[in-house]
Amino acid sequence: MGTPATRPTPEQLLRQVEAQEEYAQTGRLKVFLGYASGVGKSYQMLDEGRRRRERGQDVVVGAIQPEISPELMKLLAHLEIIPLKMIEGNPVMDVDAILRRHPQVCLVDGLAYDNPYGSRNAHRWQDVEQLLAAGISVITTINLQYVDERRAQVETIRGKRVNVSVPEAFLRSADEIVVVDAPAEFPLARSHEPDAQPNAATQQHKLSQLREIALLLAADVVDRQLESYLERNGATQSWGTQERILVCISPKVNAERMIRRAQLVRDRFHGELFVVYVGEENLSAEDQSALERNLEIARREGIPVELLDAEDTVEEIIGFAHRHGITQIFIGHSLSGSWRARLTKTTVDRLIRAAEGMDVKLFPH
Amino acid sequence: MSSSFRTEPEPADSDAISGEKATRTGKLKIFLGYAAGVGKTFQMLTEAQQLRREGVDVVVGYFEPHARPDTIALLEGLEVVPRRVIEYRGARFEEMDTEAIVRRRPTVCVVDEFAHTNVPGSERGKRWQDVMLLLEAGIDVLTTVNIQHLESLNDQVYCMTGIRVRETVPDWVVQQAAEVVMVDLTPRALLNRLDRGAVYQGEKVERAKQNFFKESTLVALRELALRETAFEVESRQALAAEEKPLSPAAPETEPPQRSTERVLVYVTPEPSAAALIRRGKRVADHLKGECIAVAVCGKELAELSPRQRAALEKNMNFARNLHVPTHVIKAENVAEGLIDFARQQRVTQIYLLRPAVSRWRLPFRRNFVEQLARLGRDMEITFVAERAPLS
Repeated sequence: MGTPATRPTPEQLLRQVEAQEEYAQTGRLKVFLGYASGVGKSYQMLDEGRRRRERGQDVVVGAIQPEISPELMKLLAHLEIIPLKMIEGNPVMDVDAILRRHPQVCLVDGLAYDNPYGSRNAHRWQDVEQLLAAGISVITTINLQYVDERRAQVETIRGKRVNVSVPEAFLRSADEIVVVDAPAEFPLARSHEPDAQPNAATQQHKLSQLREIALLLAADVVDRQLESYLERNGATQSWGTQERILVCISPKVNAERMIRRAQLVRDRFHGELFVVYVGEENLSAEDQSALERNLEIARREGIPVELLDAEDTVEEIIGFAHRHGITQIFIGHSLSGSWRARLTKTTVDRLIRAAEGMDVKLFPH
Repeated sequence: MSSSFRTEPEPADSDAISGEKATRTGKLKIFLGYAAGVGKTFQMLTEAQQLRREGVDVVVGYFEPHARPDTIALLEGLEVVPRRVIEYRGARFEEMDTEAIVRRRPTVCVVDEFAHTNVPGSERGKRWQDVMLLLEAGIDVLTTVNIQHLESLNDQVYCMTGIRVRETVPDWVVQQAAEVVMVDLTPRALLNRLDRGAVYQGEKVERAKQNFFKESTLVALRELALRETAFEVESRQALAAEEKPLSPAAPETEPPQRSTERVLVYVTPEPSAAALIRRGKRVADHLKGECIAVAVCGKELAELSPRQRAALEKNMNFARNLHVPTHVIKAENVAEGLIDFARQQRVTQIYLLRPAVSRWRLPFRRNFVEQLARLGRDMEITFVAERAPLS
């Protein structure tokens, strides 16, 4: 730090100031994510509101769910509430009133909510966007089943369909996400959901599946936070918090086997998978069509394929691996004695030595 | 195929203390956090109070005497089993009195700091071994641990923080837990707490900020903890599915599948073999497969120098402590010996360290890789590089 080489240029400083100003002008979004009713999301949110108020922040409650437990009631007694307004007989968060009141922090219980026709926005998460744009920070709660992209997955587990939803991208834009984790038995005893089934073991199994999805979703959000943080700070090293596999395809490799194996590892670690091939000149027609077949396997599986320039194969692969935080490289290893195969062997040998902080997995062919 | 290596002694049987066999093993619940100050102990004691209100016989077996005031307040009304004093090099240390707890026989015991290393002179080296004893005596245990103490993540944590965590808990111990719950708090909130003096006091605050409490490090540790908790949750689903036959009420559950994945880790005297063993075991665990550790020697183990032999022995012991079975095979040619044995054992993947550049001349190195690939063409051969922080 502070050395001439790392001193920012005036342009960089300007951008930084602009970014900071924008950051200062928009509100922060914090999400409490739960995987079932009764895990205590609303309690945690209101409790945070109470603590912030005690520390001198200007906090209001913008929306609260209709059923209020005595525990929540106690917390609410410490907080200012902006009443919901009725539109066509349905309660709606009063965005105009909140904007006029302009608090520092607004608590919004239940992010997944569709406003009735004639409201300012169709969905409550859009109301929240508006508050954020006005510089009001929002703390909110949501259950996993209302995350749009997870709905199908959760539906097969719960066997129940929900109509309202929030796009996952909105959650991913949050500054903070907190999973309200509790053991699977815990919410069971506290859940007052009408669909609570008498079969406790089945219910517990379902909850545990939902719990896993919620934890992984939060991990993904946190991973992106980490990535952008490292980018902003110019860090080049990946820390391997998530397994990322790079499969290197060439004409002769057994791509079917390599990709199948890579998918297994990806799935078991909930990681990511990339496929690259290094462009070679003067490929025979036979090799060219073999390469096409191999690449087709990746495309068929919906895995993005990237072409690397073949100036220096090892350097290209390692460069890609560093840029993408790769933890494992899968590469074919030829057993034939041809000159091309000998060249490949040198490549493999060099790759093994160059792959600092990564695993290199050989697939003999 | 005999092994002359010593095995670590198993923890003493609780019968010796209690004089009777427990009718059931206790259940273990772990409150997992990603750093000091996220509220693990607080949540654990809150649960203990809840249990006490429900009439359960709960005692506190160990809590940190330097705990924060709001945490200490949560001890009110809970019975605390006095710690025992151990003298070591003229100083007095206090450790959990495991034997006293077993004699007291509560239903549930609260034990802070699962990864703690006991002072020399204690019956057991690690607190998790004390906890195992409580469980064997039929006592349920609530405990706390931070993610950086998990053995299989040791290298990644080193990579992120530059700190080699010495107090670790083997993954198989965590897998014994009936439940693992994540105690979550955002890094920013945690840093606020730190600044308010709610985590550490005085100079410790600044020191902490140099190490674990950098925002990027906290974010990374938090991600590790979230993924680990998800993995623990998933493993328990699979176990539950295996234990009970499918109930008609859960038709969507997939039938349990036994993995045929077998990872062989080739252990050498190098110190980095520890990282290799951790990696092989972690991959095997995630693939729901098995992991074995294999050392290869010439005609006799005695052919190794005493120093090499001691280093190899240390690495093999390390593997056994992670519950990775070890084998020593004799072979003139390492690649042939490894692959023969691997085939006998139906191994699918071989994990080994990158051949060191300095000690292995290029042709020899390339030959070894080549030989392994040729002989083990139906297997996968993985070279593992050490994970180290960028200087």
